[in-house]
Amino acid sequence: MSDISLTKKDFTSDQEVKWCPGCGDYSILSTVQSFLPELGIPRENIVFISGIGCSSRFPYYLETFGMHSIHGRAPAIASGLAISRPDLAVFVITGDGDALSIGGNHLIHALRRNVELKILLFNNRIYGLTKGQYSPTSETGKITKSTPTGSLDTPFNPISLALGAEASFVARSIDSDRKHLTEILRAASVHKGSALIEIYQNCPIFNDGAFDLLKDGGTKGAALLQLRHGEVIKSDSHGLIREDGSFKLVELTSVAESELIVHDAHNPDPAYAFALSRISGSALDHVPVGIFRDVERPSYGSMVNSQIAEVIANQGVGDLDSLLNSGDTWEVN
Amino acid sequence: MRINNKYGEGLLNVSGASLRKEEIVSKPVVSLDHVVIRFAGDSGDGMQLTGDRFTMDTASLGNDISTLPNFPAEIRAPQGTVPGVSSFQLHFADHHIQTPGDAPDILVAMNPAALKANIKDMARGATIIVDKDEFTERNIVKAGYQVNPLEDNSLESYKVHAVALTSLTVAALAQISMSRKDAERSKNMFALGLLAWMYHRPTEATENFLKAKFGKKPEILAANLLAYQTGWNYGETTEDFAVSYEIAPAHMPAGKYRNISGNTALAYGLVAASQLSKLKLFLGSYPITPATDILHELSKHKKFGVITFQAEDEIAAVGSALGASYGGSLGVTSTSGPGVALKSEMIGLAVMLELPLIIIDVQRGGPSTGLPTKTEQSDLLQVMYGRNGESPAVVLAPSTPTDCFKMALEATRIATQYRVPVFILSDGYIANGSQPWKIPAISELPDLQVKFAQTQEDFLPYLRDPETLARPWAIPGTKGIEHRIGGLEKADRTGAISYDSQNHDYMVRMRAAKVAGIDVPDLEVDDPTGDAQTLLLGWGSTFGPIASAIETLRANGEKVAQAHIRYLNPFPKNLADVLKKYPTVLVPEMNLGQLSNMLRSQYMKDVTGYNKVFGVPFTTLEIIEATMAVLYV
Repeated sequence: MSDISLTKKDFTSDQEVKWCPGCGDYSILSTVQSFLPELGIPRENIVFISGIGCSSRFPYYLETFGMHSIHGRAPAIASGLAISRPDLAVFVITGDGDALSIGGNHLIHALRRNVELKILLFNNRIYGLTKGQYSPTSETGKITKSTPTGSLDTPFNPISLALGAEASFVARSIDSDRKHLTEILRAASVHKGSALIEIYQNCPIFNDGAFDLLKDGGTKGAALLQLRHGEVIKSDSHGLIREDGSFKLVELTSVAESELIVHDAHNPDPAYAFALSRISGSALDHVPVGIFRDVERPSYGSMVNSQIAEVIANQGVGDLDSLLNSGDTWEVN
Repeated sequence: MRINNKYGEGLLNVSGASLRKEEIVSKPVVSLDHVVIRFAGDSGDGMQLTGDRFTMDTASLGNDISTLPNFPAEIRAPQGTVPGVSSFQLHFADHHIQTPGDAPDILVAMNPAALKANIKDMARGATIIVDKDEFTERNIVKAGYQVNPLEDNSLESYKVHAVALTSLTVAALAQISMSRKDAERSKNMFALGLLAWMYHRPTEATENFLKAKFGKKPEILAANLLAYQTGWNYGETTEDFAVSYEIAPAHMPAGKYRNISGNTALAYGLVAASQLSKLKLFLGSYPITPATDILHELSKHKKFGVITFQAEDEIAAVGSALGASYGGSLGVTSTSGPGVALKSEMIGLAVMLELPLIIIDVQRGGPSTGLPTKTEQSDLLQVMYGRNGESPAVVLAPSTPTDCFKMALEATRIATQYRVPVFILSDGYIANGSQPWKIPAISELPDLQVKFAQTQEDFLPYLRDPETLARPWAIPGTKGIEHRIGGLEKADRTGAISYDSQNHDYMVRMRAAKVAGIDVPDLEVDDPTGDAQTLLLGWGSTFGPIASAIETLRANGEKVAQAHIRYLNPFPKNLADVLKKYPTVLVPEMNLGQLSNMLRSQYMKDVTGYNKVFGVPFTTLEIIEATMAVLYV
């Protein structure tokens, strides 16, 4: 693979990109196109599979194999592909409606099985393609066309959901932070098994500014709690300490640095990552970003294929004639 | 005399009995040309196993056979009640037969409920063997009888053998240290042994089967063997059974045979198709009655590289199959009607992507959950039209259990050559029913090798083959042909997203033309005299009863032609001519006239439907009566 020297341009298809001006999807696309050459994988061995929604147009703009499938089902289709073709690198592109509403079942089962899929969940907390209804990640009380007096639903926390689904790699990043997103993509790509990356993504038309707190120079320093394995968990103003068996957010000025929690992404106990995921609510005043959990667990496709290899090693390759002639047979002369 | 010499010294001594069939000389033997037996009992009584074993022992004698299992949807419905009755019917003969038989000659009823549930199907004069120990006051009431049917003369017109099956089994097993309850569980083997004596079935295969099944549980093995042998001895020694019967082997084409059910034949057909096409077989499936056995069977065949994926739901099952197919595997999903409903959108995607996909629909009674364990043919219009948009798919229907093997190969040929979803419409009857199968030689099987798109400049993913109208099967991993596909309308040739109205009209027509143009064999018409005025036209599992009815009708001098449609979309090219030729076309279906509707709308032919949804196959008599009604209007 070392002779492959591809550039961002090699991963850019000839299709005109048709997202709304200012959409967060543009910067995610650009980051992914810039990152892909780094993988060292030939273009023909990379497949992007998406569902339905604004983000799901993504595969059309990448010069790899790609499928824009149906609403919510990308993880199911991608599972069949990844299991049967372990030689491929398979990515799933999905949104908060696609992955968490109509396709919730497929997402949790892909994660639980640990299928070799890198799932990029673009979370803009709104339905964009259908022109502005609340989504399963919209904050309660959201005023939209379908909820003129405010939405009643409690939102999903995608990180908590993924951890509850036994995900082995769970991370969060932000559309506009290319450097951070690239770091996460890099870590996800070497992870064996499923990786879920929630990407906060701005919808300039139906939910503009939803993540401004995390992007504005004046507020982001205090709002973003950086998760880096082996480093203390803190923002510019706050840090995390342990108190009463749980985590507590405190002002940095009130504690010594040595009291802050040092992040352990490889902690086998999912309760640790889950507790981290609960620090942020809909308000986004303190939001952990980075890798919540990155643990090793056998990946599904490798187990499927090693079961087959084991049977063949023990019994030999199947012979059709013997199969058809197996069981109780009799001759008619 | 020691009878158990094969499985342990002196386990049991019964004077005057032997298991050696060559010594059977003590009672008269009557020759029969065919027999229909029904085993019936509680769903926990092991009736399916008993029936299976009798079938295998019968098949090995060279009789032609046809079987029909019938069981409740509940795994263990309340014991002793009519809804909890499970049965297994077996028809065997010294000649070729088409059906499991209309009315049993013998009913083995393990309890009052089994008698109550089945007596209505018994012709006068038939033999009924009951376990009289089970006819307690409590059980009689549970079954819904007011008085004991063995004592109120209501069974006068039958030959009733009230055998103390349970207590004889328990007594025989007294020497084995086990609880009475455990000992009672072997009573089905007593019944099987008795029937084996009655019909001169060889005992070795069942004994070997029991040894293999219970080899690791010596007490249970000993109990089953002993019960089996005691049943056999009971027939031989007691005066209750005066005669035994012989059925000569049927004249069948020379070759090696095995018994096979439709579900197993489909599974084997898919393994064969995978080998012949050199494609990896990927089955995405979610358990659903009566299709689950296909998943069970294929999961055993890992040494053929078969991947079985038990998905989280029906949608993921077909989705994973489509994903595998996109990657160059033979993608298959197996389900029943409710599952097809859930899969519809994904099948529409397969239509749009123009990728191979095989969907097996083992039909059951509907709508909704319907009758999960009963058979019906009511999904034809669903698989034909049950998707949004103009969404043509291929529909094939095997006619018998053994035909399932061939149709799996045909589904593979069509799906991979034309890059199109193909339905195989089986049903509960042929899925669970079985018949002897002449095992094909591998050299007789078709070559199903496929061609994938190769590396090339300016690859066009929707450029069609002029002959098949199929687009290339362009799988990931092939350098230089990276491209994007999806559910949005595709531009001709390039496959780019297109909202152009002319292109959409063209592509809709093109997808329809591709399916319409698929090469399928002509419909064969069986019309020996060539001047019949009435055609019996069926599809799917009705083949057996129709063929059987035709035999009887012709034997009585009636002129009737028969044709059976195995390709429902596209229809055989000569179907129009066949319909024109016969003034009267009778179409029996286990639905309210779905094929009739298709024939009327496509050919303007006013066919006559014969429709019934009783959850069981047509009887031969029903088809004969329906035919007589159109012959003598």
